[in-house]
Amino acid sequence: MLLVVVRELENCPHFNAGRGSVLTTSGTVEMEACIMDGNTKKCGAVSGLSTVVNAISLARLVMEKTSHIYLAFDGAEAFAREQGVATVDANHFITPENVERLEQAKEANRVQIDYTQPVKEDKPQETSSGKGDSHSGTVGCVAVDGSGNLAAATSTGGLVNKMVGRIGDTPIIGAGTYANSFCAVSATGKGESIMRATVARDVAALMEYKGLSLKEAAAYVVNNVPKGNVGLVAVSANGEVIMPFNTTGMFRACATEDGYSEIGIWPSETDCVLPDPTRN
Amino acid sequence: MGAWAIAVHGGAGVDPNLPAERQEEAKRVIARCLHIGTTALRGGAAAVDVVEMVVRELETDPVFNSGRGSALTRQGTVEMEASIMDGHGHRCGAVSGLSTVKNPVSLARLVMDKSPHSYLAFDGAEEFAREQGVEVMDNSYFITEENVGMLNLAKEANSILFDYRVPVPGVETCSAGAGSMVDNPLQMNSLPISIYAPETVGCVVVDGNGFCAAATSTGGLMNKLTGRIGDSPLIGCGTYACELCAISCTGEGEAIIRSTLARDVAAVMEYKGLGLQEAVDFAIKNRLDKGQAGLIAVSRNGEVACEFNTTGMFRGSATEDGFMKVGIW
Repeated sequence: MLLVVVRELENCPHFNAGRGSVLTTSGTVEMEACIMDGNTKKCGAVSGLSTVVNAISLARLVMEKTSHIYLAFDGAEAFAREQGVATVDANHFITPENVERLEQAKEANRVQIDYTQPVKEDKPQETSSGKGDSHSGTVGCVAVDGSGNLAAATSTGGLVNKMVGRIGDTPIIGAGTYANSFCAVSATGKGESIMRATVARDVAALMEYKGLSLKEAAAYVVNNVPKGNVGLVAVSANGEVIMPFNTTGMFRACATEDGYSEIGIWPSETDCVLPDPTRN
Repeated sequence: MGAWAIAVHGGAGVDPNLPAERQEEAKRVIARCLHIGTTALRGGAAAVDVVEMVVRELETDPVFNSGRGSALTRQGTVEMEASIMDGHGHRCGAVSGLSTVKNPVSLARLVMDKSPHSYLAFDGAEEFAREQGVEVMDNSYFITEENVGMLNLAKEANSILFDYRVPVPGVETCSAGAGSMVDNPLQMNSLPISIYAPETVGCVVVDGNGFCAAATSTGGLMNKLTGRIGDSPLIGCGTYACELCAISCTGEGEAIIRSTLARDVAAVMEYKGLGLQEAVDFAIKNRLDKGQAGLIAVSRNGEVACEFNTTGMFRGSATEDGFMKVGIW
C-alpha cells in the first residue's frame, strides 16, 4: 500500500521526487528512496538514480531481491535494468519550475531547501510569501495495518543545486526513514540536519527507551533540530498519527480507520490523532 | 571527564584457522596504529583529528579491508567508503563509491569541513576529491593479489550456495590449508569465514577535553554488487558520535543497518541512562537478532568497551592511565 502512495507522489511533478525532482548543480536529476518494514526490519534504499521512473519501487526490489540493503548510482541503474523496472530518458524528470529554481539558487549561490520563497538573503523562516506553484518537497508515507504492522517509505530528488553525488537523509535508515514495532517515521527537510540528528530512529528510540508517547517523542525530536530544518510523519502501532514540523509549512495528510482525516500545509491545532478509546 | 581513551578495530569475523603469522602481523599493525593515536592524545590532539589520523594509517596498510587491501566488487574493482563524526557538535562526513582516493576517511572529513553536505558518493565524490587536491591513485593500487584470489573463492562459494563442504585447493592466504573449509561451518554474509575477510577498520576516541569522535572505513563486502553501500558510511549505523560517546561498528553490514547499531548504543545511554559497557552489551546481545557484528566504543568519561558476537575481532584499546591491550579473540 505504501508503494502505491509513494509512486503516485513520485509521478506527480509538483513534489520533489521522481518527476519534478529538484536539480543538482549540473542540472541533472539524482533521485533516492528508501523503504522499511517495521515487522521484519527489512529495508531497501537507492540513491543516484537518473532514469528510473519510480525510485521507491527499486528500493523495494533491493530489499526483496538482493542480499543487500542499499544500491547507488551506476550499480543501482544496472540493477534496475536487470529487474526490468520502468526507465525513461533522464529529461522526463526535469520540469521548467525546477530549472528556474536551480537558476535562482545559483544566482544566490545557495543550496536551497525552502522552495516556498524566491531566494533572498536573511529571509526569516516565519514569513511565508508562498507562491502557490513553487512549493516542493521530499515525499513520504507511513502506515500501520490492522494487525499493528508498521512501514515507512520516503522518496526525493534532494536539495536544489546540490553537489553531484550528494546523498541526503532519505535513503539512510534511521535518518529520514525508519520503522520497527513501535512506530514508522518518514522525515523531510534539510538532509544534513536530519542525518546528524538520526531523526527517524530517535522518535522510535524515545518511545522504546524512554517510554514517551508518539506525540511526545516526535515533538522532542523536531524541537531538537534547528528551526526550519525538519518535518515528519509518524504512526504508532496502535494507530496514532503525528505530523510535526518546525518549518513554515509541510504538505501533509493523514487518515485513520475510524474515519478521521486531515490535509494541511500550515501549522494547525490538530496535528495529532489519538486512537478511539472505544476500539479494542 | 579529562581522561583520554582510544580503541581501534580491524574488522569482526575472523577465521579461527587464521595462520599464526597473519595474526601476529595484524596485531602489530593494530598496535602501531594505537600508538599513533596515544602519542597524539598525549600531545593534546582533538578526538576528531586522532580518529582521522589513525584510520588513515589503517587504510594505508594493506593488511585490513580498507583503502589498499579493500575487498573487491563482483567486477573485481574497488569501491571504498568511509565516515567520520565529531561528537562535539554532531558534525559528520561520509563518502561512498571511491575508486581512486588513497584515504577515504580524509575525504569524508573534507566533506564534513569543506562542503555544504554530509555525504558524497561515486562520481560526485571523486570529483570533489580532485577539487580538494587529495591524493589519488590508479584503482589497481588498491587491489591486492590476495583479494583477487579471495574474490574467486567467494564467487565459487556463492555459486555453490551453502555447500561449503566442497574442498577448495589450499590457498596461502587466509585459510590454513585445504582442510580448513571442510571443517569450518562458520559463515558471515553467506560466505565461509575463511573467505569472508573482515570488512572494516575503525577508531573511536575521547580526548582530554571529553570530546568524542568516531571514524570507520572499508572496501565493503567481498563480491558485492557494484554500487552496494554498507553500514560504514551511514551515520547512526556503522558510525556515530555525540556528547556521551563514540562508536564504530564492523561485521554484517545489512544487520548493522537494520539495527542502527551505532546510534542504539548512544541512545540507550542517553535515553535509558545505561553506562557504556551495559549499552554495548545490550546492543550486541539484543539488537542484532541473527546478525553477526562487533563494535568499539568510548565514553566521555574515558571508558572504553569492545564487544562482538563473531568469532573474533581485530582490536586494540588504550587509556590514559597506561592501560593498553591488543587482541583478536
